[in-house]
Amino acid sequence: MTLALPSEARTDRPVARRPAKNRPMRVLFHVTGVLCAALFLAPIAFVVLGSLRSASETVRPPLPPWPEGEPSLASYARLDAFGDGILTYAGNSLFVALGTTVLTILVSVLAGYGFSRHRFPMKGFAFVLILSTIMIPFQSILTPLFLILAKLGLQNTLSGLVLIYTTLQLPFSVFMMRNAFDAVPKEIEEAARIEGVTGLRLLVFVMGPLVLPGIVTVGLFAFLNAWNEFLAALVLLTDQSKFTLPVLMTAVRSGHYGAVDWGAVQAGVTVMMIPCLLLFLILQRFYIRGLTAGAVK
Amino acid sequence: MSVASHPSTSLSPGLPRAAAKPRRKRRRDLSGLLYVAPAMVLVLVFFALPLGMTAWMSLHNWPLLGVPRWVGTANYKALWNDRNFWNALGFTARYTAAATLGLLGVGLALALLVEKPRRFAGVYRTAFFLPVVIGFASASLLWAWLSNVDSGLFSPLMERLGLTAGRINILATFEPAFWSVTAMVIWKMAGFYMVILMSGLQSIPADFSEAARIDGTSALQRFRHITLPLVRRPFALALILCVSGSMLAFDQFYIILAGGPQNRTVTAVYWIFSQSFVSFRLGYGAALSMVLLAILLILSLIQLRLLSDREDAR
Repeated sequence: MTLALPSEARTDRPVARRPAKNRPMRVLFHVTGVLCAALFLAPIAFVVLGSLRSASETVRPPLPPWPEGEPSLASYARLDAFGDGILTYAGNSLFVALGTTVLTILVSVLAGYGFSRHRFPMKGFAFVLILSTIMIPFQSILTPLFLILAKLGLQNTLSGLVLIYTTLQLPFSVFMMRNAFDAVPKEIEEAARIEGVTGLRLLVFVMGPLVLPGIVTVGLFAFLNAWNEFLAALVLLTDQSKFTLPVLMTAVRSGHYGAVDWGAVQAGVTVMMIPCLLLFLILQRFYIRGLTAGAVK
Repeated sequence: MSVASHPSTSLSPGLPRAAAKPRRKRRRDLSGLLYVAPAMVLVLVFFALPLGMTAWMSLHNWPLLGVPRWVGTANYKALWNDRNFWNALGFTARYTAAATLGLLGVGLALALLVEKPRRFAGVYRTAFFLPVVIGFASASLLWAWLSNVDSGLFSPLMERLGLTAGRINILATFEPAFWSVTAMVIWKMAGFYMVILMSGLQSIPADFSEAARIDGTSALQRFRHITLPLVRRPFALALILCVSGSMLAFDQFYIILAGGPQNRTVTAVYWIFSQSFVSFRLGYGAALSMVLLAILLILSLIQLRLLSDREDAR
């Protein structure tokens, strides 16, 4: 699987194919490419391999990085022994990430459709207001967010976190979905209307499939950002049983009585990384589309 | 929040096109509002309201428990004399400069390396990009381990390569600790800037440089007069994302260094966090937030201004 850019689908760019004399350049290109790739992948490989080393090996430097004895899941067992068990925390993270994904898709599809296909008072203002949230870092409004969640009875809950993460995703997601709906020809909607399909049914069954790539992009960003978010979770979750993985891991990393169990840290990092890496590798087309949406135009 | 969280910052949101059609169905007006309502409610409750509250709270002595007391501008006067805050801002600025130079430099180098659709170029791109999708918390924990003196990698590696006499604790002194964290950020985020810059490079029509090549220009001239002007816009976007993202750095310094050594790596957001949620001086934290917010807005406006001037000139 490779990271392709949108423009690569086009064939109007001549592929560099000047033979023979460019041979040294080609070798140089591949040597540089492989070396850099190894450099970027090494830390990931080191931590995954390191998490499989036995307790006696994890206290030594990772040279070589792989387990010298039998591969062992002992690091994962020690991670699991922390607090309520790794499944609880992974479950918390999954709840927050999936909740954010679903809510973000729901809210931004509706809003994107509204902004693309409807006229209503204050529309321009509403759109700018949603987009403007990107200019204000959420770090600067964290204190009142903490108080508002308390007022709503959502302090120290995963649902409260979902609402905040969804709000953070909105400028990107609404913008993305509005563009997706803008790209759908008006005639399709008209035809459906003539068939008698209207309202939400029109949105879900006729428009939905047509904007699916946009929905996947929006959902992917929402999932990854919610899964990885740290500061808001650190501030807003006080009960250890509610911790998401990044917050749990800071507790694991600070260790018992000053001694850090680096094996457990490696196992935890692996647990946190794997879903992100897999999702990206499967859906990278959508990720890159989302990334470049703002850059080229 | 990491830079990657706001990948979509568009420089021109593109306002809704003016409604030209005569409005014949009033009912549709209302249904449009309904579609947009959930998003508006979220933005009002979890963005507009807290933003207003931050300004309001900054004028109060606001403990976590107990009654807030109006103190006017006392918090702002206090922060004016808060050495720790200015040190944190100074450190954040230094980090931002280092991270921005490193990220844009390495990002551009990677982009130029794999820009052309050659064999395996896509594989290399994917490899460079993978660290971007793992979280800042994961990357920081991973780096904390690798930088650790006993069971980490960097110190014994440097020892074996003969760079240092014996093992050194990278994280115990300021300069090595700072550069270790900066290296982590470059490792983690360079792929992101590679993609942004590459999308700019690839949007250059091939015939431009073909034509210039035929006219007998040198590669350097083509880069200077064709490539550079055309990639200004993605470059400006990358710059804005990089500066505003770095100014908000928190995760990596909190997780890897916990503000140490000697509290010299406390960033602005870190100081706000510790005043608000460790010392529970919520009003003071709000005042600090307002100042940081103002600084960020000014920085963004300056960068946007530079960008739009360039565009007008084109």
